[in-house]
Amino acid sequence: MNIQMPRINRIPFFFKNQNLLIQWGIIFFLIITLITLIGPFIVPNDPLTANMSERLAPPSSTYPLGTDHMGRCIFSRLIVGAQSTLGITALVVATVAIIGIPIGLVIGYIGGRLDTVFMRVADGILALPEFILAIAIAGFLGPSLTNLMISIVFVKWIAYTRVVRSIVITERNKDYVQAAKVGGSSSWKIIRRHMFPQIVSPVLVLATLDIGKVILTISSLSYLGLGAQPPAPEWGAMLNDGRPYFQSAPELMIYPGLAIFFVVLAFNLMGEGLRDKWDVKSR
Amino acid sequence: MLHVNSISKTYHSKAALSDISLTVQPGESIGVIGESGSGKSTLGKIILGLEKPEQGDVHFRGSNLHTLKGQALKASRRHLQIVFQDPAGSLNPKLLVWKSVVEPLENFPDVIPSFLKEVRHDRKKMAEVLFQKVGLSSELLERYPHQLSGGQKQRIAVARGISLEPDLLVCDEPTSSLDVSVQAQVLNLLKKLQRDLNLSLLFISHDIAAVQFMCERIVVLKEGLAVDSFLTEDLFSESRHPYTRLLVEMSMEQEYK
Repeated sequence: MNIQMPRINRIPFFFKNQNLLIQWGIIFFLIITLITLIGPFIVPNDPLTANMSERLAPPSSTYPLGTDHMGRCIFSRLIVGAQSTLGITALVVATVAIIGIPIGLVIGYIGGRLDTVFMRVADGILALPEFILAIAIAGFLGPSLTNLMISIVFVKWIAYTRVVRSIVITERNKDYVQAAKVGGSSSWKIIRRHMFPQIVSPVLVLATLDIGKVILTISSLSYLGLGAQPPAPEWGAMLNDGRPYFQSAPELMIYPGLAIFFVVLAFNLMGEGLRDKWDVKSR
Repeated sequence: MLHVNSISKTYHSKAALSDISLTVQPGESIGVIGESGSGKSTLGKIILGLEKPEQGDVHFRGSNLHTLKGQALKASRRHLQIVFQDPAGSLNPKLLVWKSVVEPLENFPDVIPSFLKEVRHDRKKMAEVLFQKVGLSSELLERYPHQLSGGQKQRIAVARGISLEPDLLVCDEPTSSLDVSVQAQVLNLLKKLQRDLNLSLLFISHDIAAVQFMCERIVVLKEGLAVDSFLTEDLFSESRHPYTRLLVEMSMEQEYK
């Protein structure tokens, strides 16, 4: 087709092309991954060493972003903190997908009473706000990163089960599934061969968008003191540490805040881009 | 070979089928005509064992289809295949078409259809032979359904339907979503395959001309009731049920428009 599309000039160039959205997201993502992986080997200072004579120092050649209230290098803490924040996030999202996807596939395909019971249980869990649940679990088991992860996974898998289940429910009555049944395929084979490929792209989009949310949850719970425990560097915990000094030394909160902001932005860009790319209806 | 004994089925307390009986002999082709909502697709699904009738039973090759379970059900399905109305919906959009075609053959490793004897060990070669059988070029093997035309997709669905060399092929409106020119090609293909493989056909359609071309006997459904049943050559006879005559007149009018 040779239809000349009118040029729209009011949209900035980097939003005009949907693929650019993904490209930017992926570039950010690669930079973040690189920093996370090699960061701990290149940091100028030990992130845990306190040096009370140098507390709240301004940026210098030794301390690129200055020091915090304990005289620790903020730059080093940010870089090493990326590992705990992002590592935990990746682990949480992966665990959630591994639990949520198979359950969604099976209850969506089998349906009936199993489906009803499962979804009522899920509704029950969802009725508890994530934060309250995290606080409760921290109260029972003590505040730590592991318990924080448990509480997030406990609530999050339901979102994956829901998405997968709803796709499977719309797909399972289509003629190609009936044809596979008539052709002698077992339920297991139909789930594996016909249902699974349908859910891959929506789940990837969901996971990418979720990474941003999980980072925020971990950081905010750490900020409340329910996640990473001092002196471990974690962005949310760093925000919390900087709180008493916000008026005199705002950089203590600004740097970890910016780090969270950029990482969440990167994953959201990537998620939105992938969604636009794979959503057949919007093409 | 297939005996349907007075089956009934209701949906939402409305009768979809009431007291339907029919018999299909080996190699015979039976047409089921009716307007949409007459229950003809439900009949097809019940015969395939995809749905259960509330009353009556379906005997296929000597066993009651709806009491079979597990391996026994699977074993009788090998002789009973389907071609659906909408070829776009009957092929998995995310699967290469040749994989859809050989899926039944994967499930029945012991079944060796006469036309696949030499290539039974090789999935891709089997797909190639089946494509030839339905008049498709082997270039199309590595395509996804959305890269093919409706007629091509329907030929692929037919190839899957005959892949196990079944005794009975249920065709649920196999041509009604196709262009008129392509309809004739697919009908010719089905007729040729039926003769070559000695298939029995249960041909469900609202298109009287197609049924007349394909079938030896015709059953007319109206609101879930079998109102008329006759040999195709008696289609224009005076003794036809008024509803059958109405359907014939309507299809004639359409032709001369």
